Amino acid sequence: MPAKTKFELKMGMATREAFGKAVVELGRQNKDIVVLDADLSKSTYTHFFAKEFPDRFFECGIAEANMIAIGSGLASSGKIPFASSFSCFAINKGFEQLRVTAAFPNVNLKVVGTHSGISIGEDGPSQMSIEDLGLACSLPGFSVLSPADEVAMHALVLAAARHVGPVFIRAGRPKAPIVHASGQRFDIGGSVELTEGSDLAIIATGLLVAEAIRAQEALEAEGISARVIDMYSIKPLDRAAIERAAAQTQALVVAEEHLVNTGLGVRVAQVVAETHPCAIEFVGIPDTYAESGTPEELMEKYGLVARNVVAASRRVLSRK
Amino acid sequence: MKKTSDVAQLQAIAKQVRRDIIEMLTAAKSGHPGGSLSAVEILVTLYFDVLRHDPANPKWPDRDRFILSKGHAAPVLYSVLAECGYTPKDQLDTLRKLGSIYQGHPDVRFLPALEASTGSLGEGLSLGIGMALAAKLDGRPTRAYVVLGDGEIQEGQIWEAAMFAGDKTVDNLVAIVDYNRIQLDGFVNDIMPLDPLPDKWRAFKWHAIELNGHDIPALQAAFREAAATKGKPTVIIAHTVKGKGVSFMENNPKYHGVAPTVEEMEKALMELA
Repeated sequence: MPAKTKFELKMGMATREAFGKAVVELGRQNKDIVVLDADLSKSTYTHFFAKEFPDRFFECGIAEANMIAIGSGLASSGKIPFASSFSCFAINKGFEQLRVTAAFPNVNLKVVGTHSGISIGEDGPSQMSIEDLGLACSLPGFSVLSPADEVAMHALVLAAARHVGPVFIRAGRPKAPIVHASGQRFDIGGSVELTEGSDLAIIATGLLVAEAIRAQEALEAEGISARVIDMYSIKPLDRAAIERAAAQTQALVVAEEHLVNTGLGVRVAQVVAETHPCAIEFVGIPDTYAESGTPEELMEKYGLVARNVVAASRRVLSRK
Repeated sequence: MKKTSDVAQLQAIAKQVRRDIIEMLTAAKSGHPGGSLSAVEILVTLYFDVLRHDPANPKWPDRDRFILSKGHAAPVLYSVLAECGYTPKDQLDTLRKLGSIYQGHPDVRFLPALEASTGSLGEGLSLGIGMALAAKLDGRPTRAYVVLGDGEIQEGQIWEAAMFAGDKTVDNLVAIVDYNRIQLDGFVNDIMPLDPLPDKWRAFKWHAIELNGHDIPALQAAFREAAATKGKPTVIIAHTVKGKGVSFMENNPKYHGVAPTVEEMEKALMELA
């Protein structure tokens, strides 16, 4: 069989940049869109919005707790606020405010955390958000989204603005390979099946979706048919897609740039346990903090590249 | 409800609110009487004289916003909302009971007339800023009023919010500090002193007014002064007495978080006759 040429992974822009552009587009359509940042607007790309809509941009200084709660106050008065910072600061420093001012009263606040995972690179663990998906998912009523590329980010920023209720969107620092066709539809609670496959299914999110595609190509060369699913909606989960994958392939690999103990994997495992129990292998960050290095070196060292997904696939197939 | 600026009428409402607080807390058998009683004149003056609101139209977009950031004083807010006609007065004795609209701390899910769910201290001032900013963006006359506890302003987020509102000249925002000088573990001055309190707010570019928080004419004048103050948010440092109106609760740290017994209720209601 000829190798698939469907996925020549072209490098796209970083998901944080795609967010910055999408929120400007939203701002042009809807005067109720407002943006808050905590002295990182040049890094989160909210400076695009600040430049075009200075009256609707609130620079909060380095005070994330205050930023999140001001956002909730704006949302309570009919605005659609996007509050942005590095993911580790927005989630960890603003967690109490996300809980009491946004989740508990079910306020229409959107939070975008950039520089997630370990692929922020040289800045090291204090800036690395490896707990954010778990923490955000623990907040009742929150939708939690993890786009893989610029296509997904653009669509999901728009979907988040349409959705009434609190949303957390995870963005990354490095440029992200484009895995989706333009025009692909993204709904909160959905997923995208990128390749069909019958021997196993690889369920991935964020930058690991591209690694999953590379793994799928390597497996295909060995005659193994892997289904790749971009599980961009961490909460609510696309339970039907997971159930189908478990029932049809009986072997799953979950891959994410997040602590393996609290991220997408455990949530998928819960659905599988409740529906069609089968073998699952997990690719993610072990119970540890990383270190400084280039993004590539770190992804390699902490086991988040295609080779690791291939190895997990072989393990899960051996358990079938 | 009928709004009034008449001091005698407002004092009469304040006395009724104090009676409500004692009765509802006795029925609940738990809750926070001291900090509810200290804030009575502040809330009565706001809801019956100052605030732009309409109990028949609770979501009126041009309404003023009120946030009880010190959410543990929920009984004073519930009594005032009931006296205004937002909520049923005959359910006040369901406070803190399963299914009651009068939850232990303010909860918008059960009581949509509230502007915010509070109870975790330190967060209401930021919420008030957000509501005040939204009003400015929409060109509405709305003002936001936030009642803070004195112990509450030991929280760092209050000073993040104070710095923001001062710098951004959020002049449709008023903070009222219920300075009753007692918090759960004892006297504020023993735990984490706040003085010089007006100076701290002024250093953050706020207009600060000090007054006796039980003096209704002084409160009325201060709210007028706040509304006339442009380019700065206003803080009212309201010197109050914890447990005000009930002799054995006044200045007694025990009644921060202990409900009265039936006997104590009877004694208190005699004093508030």
